[in-house]
Amino acid sequence: MEFETVIGLEVHLQLNTETKIFCGCRNHQFGSEPNTHVCPVCLGLPGSLPVLNRKVLLSGIKVGLALGCEINTFVKFDRKNYYYPDLPKGYQISQFDFPIAKKGFLNIKVDDGEKRIGITRAHLEEDAGKLIHDDELNASLVDYNRTGTPLVEIVSEPDMRSAQEAYDYLTALKLTLTYLGVSDCDMEKGSLRCDANVSIRPAGQAALGTKTELKNMNSFSAVKRAIEYEVDRQTRIVISGGKVVQETLLWDEAKGTTHTMRSKEEAHDYRYFPEPDLVPFTLTDSDINAVFKELPELPYVKLFRFKKQYGLNDYDAFILISDRSIADFFEKCAVLYSDAKKIANWLNGPLMKELNGRKKSFSQLSLSSEEMTGLIRKVEEGVVSNLVGKDILTTLLDTAKSVNAIIEEQGLAQVSDDAALIRVVDEVMAANPKAIAEIKSGKTSAMGFLVGQAMKKMNGKANPKKLGEILKGRFENV
Amino acid sequence: MINKETVNYVGALARLHIDPQNADRFAKNLEDILHYVEKLNTLDVSSVKPTSHVLDVENVFREDTVIPSLSQDKAMGFAVEHHKGFYKVAKVIE
Repeated sequence: MEFETVIGLEVHLQLNTETKIFCGCRNHQFGSEPNTHVCPVCLGLPGSLPVLNRKVLLSGIKVGLALGCEINTFVKFDRKNYYYPDLPKGYQISQFDFPIAKKGFLNIKVDDGEKRIGITRAHLEEDAGKLIHDDELNASLVDYNRTGTPLVEIVSEPDMRSAQEAYDYLTALKLTLTYLGVSDCDMEKGSLRCDANVSIRPAGQAALGTKTELKNMNSFSAVKRAIEYEVDRQTRIVISGGKVVQETLLWDEAKGTTHTMRSKEEAHDYRYFPEPDLVPFTLTDSDINAVFKELPELPYVKLFRFKKQYGLNDYDAFILISDRSIADFFEKCAVLYSDAKKIANWLNGPLMKELNGRKKSFSQLSLSSEEMTGLIRKVEEGVVSNLVGKDILTTLLDTAKSVNAIIEEQGLAQVSDDAALIRVVDEVMAANPKAIAEIKSGKTSAMGFLVGQAMKKMNGKANPKKLGEILKGRFENV
Repeated sequence: MINKETVNYVGALARLHIDPQNADRFAKNLEDILHYVEKLNTLDVSSVKPTSHVLDVENVFREDTVIPSLSQDKAMGFAVEHHKGFYKVAKVIE
């Protein structure tokens, strides 16, 4: 029997505001001592009252608009009740029936074009604390620094049909969110987390199968692997006549398997009710328009424009827009140098290689568009070879010296001076009578050997094109 | 219909110990409350705006400005048990 996979994703995004969602505790606590960014509000002490961080609401609107959502003009918060030590109040302040945003979409690339993945809703909520299970103490240790970190939860429609589509959705979502600058979207640090709802159904059947929820994946590729594993597991169960049980499963990265999650949220009975400690919020059209005006050009709009404005192919344009700071840099370079394709080649090739080698992002480097285009110009004018140009780029990033200074200091300029090249060609020809005899007898491959010898004599700094021309001229004259 | 099982279930969710002798009585009390709400449900409220908050106040914000947090010592002061700056609780396993 043929089965169809159905996947919906829930993404939790930590916002990078200065303070937490409902109190003034610092929000950037990664690597801090435990329980040093806590106060009566985020510890849920009796008598304390939450107050919404304005920036969190604005970031929520931003995310919603970027995902093509409707923004609710009436916004309220609700209590989601469950008992677990990572939640000091015994409830999480979240949004139930009036989320900040709903009914959006995100396009992903598929073989025959684009596919639209629906976004059901995006809502604001507070993050929970962190638990460490200590076997030696036979106890659990709780750190509430993370408690109250602002989150946007983005819930997709069950529109994805393969693990690859889920991966592509996450990549597209992260790209869009990174452009907004509302989060660092780092899955390893937990600032972007993803749960997957997975089910299978016989191909052609409209009704959804029983789903399981996958948690604990800490990279996009782990999400893909976990879904593949789960689809396989469900298929085997159904084929052997069994029934899939609705449950929450934890992905085990080391083993490459899932196992049933016990304890937490056994009964999914959250008893939502309106949060009485927070008054409701109403947004006017002009509030929403103000945020809309602040939205940056979004990645897929930029992609389209780069192709059109600079005549780039899809591949080049996509690599450039994959990092907003590189895309901006490209445009600065394009003002100074007219051949956009050449710039794209340098940024997507040698520069990308430098970034990967250094394990750094572009924004961590200081490279000016003047120096970058200066370097491209030197290569195009034949002052330095392509190969030497790449070395200069390395030095440029290491030392922050100018291209001109590097060429001068290291004597890297190619020798294009005819007299010097002719001298070397003559020397090489005199030393290799056998090669000359071969060329004269029609074996022109020996020509490359002679060029190589001449290049060696000049420590690789001869202009290869000129060298070749002079050598060829010698034989034509014979 | 509220029965003893419902009372015990809701009690468990709320971490309340329900004395078996009282379960029947609570069931009856809760049932009475639901009947009362059912009665309210018969009223026509189509022209009444839903109350989402008892206060007639909206849009209360704070700006995104850091204020000092508690010290770790002070935060630990509330705890029954703590260990190296962490709150220590009965072991929960995932």
